[in-house]
Amino acid sequence: MENEARVAINSAADIVTARQKGRTMATEMGFDGSDLTLIATAISEIARNIVTHAKSGEISFAAMNHGGKHGLSIVARDAGPGIRDVNRAMEYGYSTAKGLGVGLPGAKLLMDEFEIESKVGNGTKVTMKKWLR
Amino acid sequence: MRVPILKQGDCLIASVQSVLSDADLLELRDDLADRVGQFRSRGVIIDVTVLDVIDSFATRTLSACAHMLRLRGAETVIVGIQPDVAFAMVQLGLTLEGVGTALDLEEGLDYLDRFSKQKLKHGK
Repeated sequence: MENEARVAINSAADIVTARQKGRTMATEMGFDGSDLTLIATAISEIARNIVTHAKSGEISFAAMNHGGKHGLSIVARDAGPGIRDVNRAMEYGYSTAKGLGVGLPGAKLLMDEFEIESKVGNGTKVTMKKWLR
Repeated sequence: MRVPILKQGDCLIASVQSVLSDADLLELRDDLADRVGQFRSRGVIIDVTVLDVIDSFATRTLSACAHMLRLRGAETVIVGIQPDVAFAMVQLGLTLEGVGTALDLEEGLDYLDRFSKQKLKHGK
């Protein structure tokens, strides 16, 4: 089993690649059923966020083992324009790109842990985790 | 991959065969809008049984597609949303409001049948 993987996001087609990679890794780790779908959907949302706002970036996946607790960590990084108001961007229904405004807050709802760091002009980093139950 | 669209009486059936990229979804929407005119279809079934992810973009596109087709005179029903996918959609707050849904192809055809009868009855 691979413990780490990385998918470059340069176009909308890479969104599918990223979520498939994440799903494969999560399956190998023992996630099943609805968790796999929740993980794949969350990856889809953050990958699309990169394509829409930053054009390119990457998503990396890592298997975590914290004292016997296993989980999947997913990190999305881009060097895009950054988010001026992170709190606003995390509001459900708020979008600067004519979307539904569901992407980032939605991904947070689907995962167990979610963190976002962003600086204007310095890109955005989203870290999200799902623990095996 | 392009989604094949079959004509069945006055209905169109778009049967999604594999995962769809954003571009594929938009192409499906545009193809259906064209075909509804070409075949003078009254109903459209979009079978999404094989989709393992329906995210906010897919939901928005399917919803826009259904509303566009309604403006073109055809009722749309989306069939085959898997239980896990439905769960994820609800978690995301995506409900496909105002869009017809049914369990599978058979129920979808039944839905369109009932819809057209109802329309006749009310003379709309």
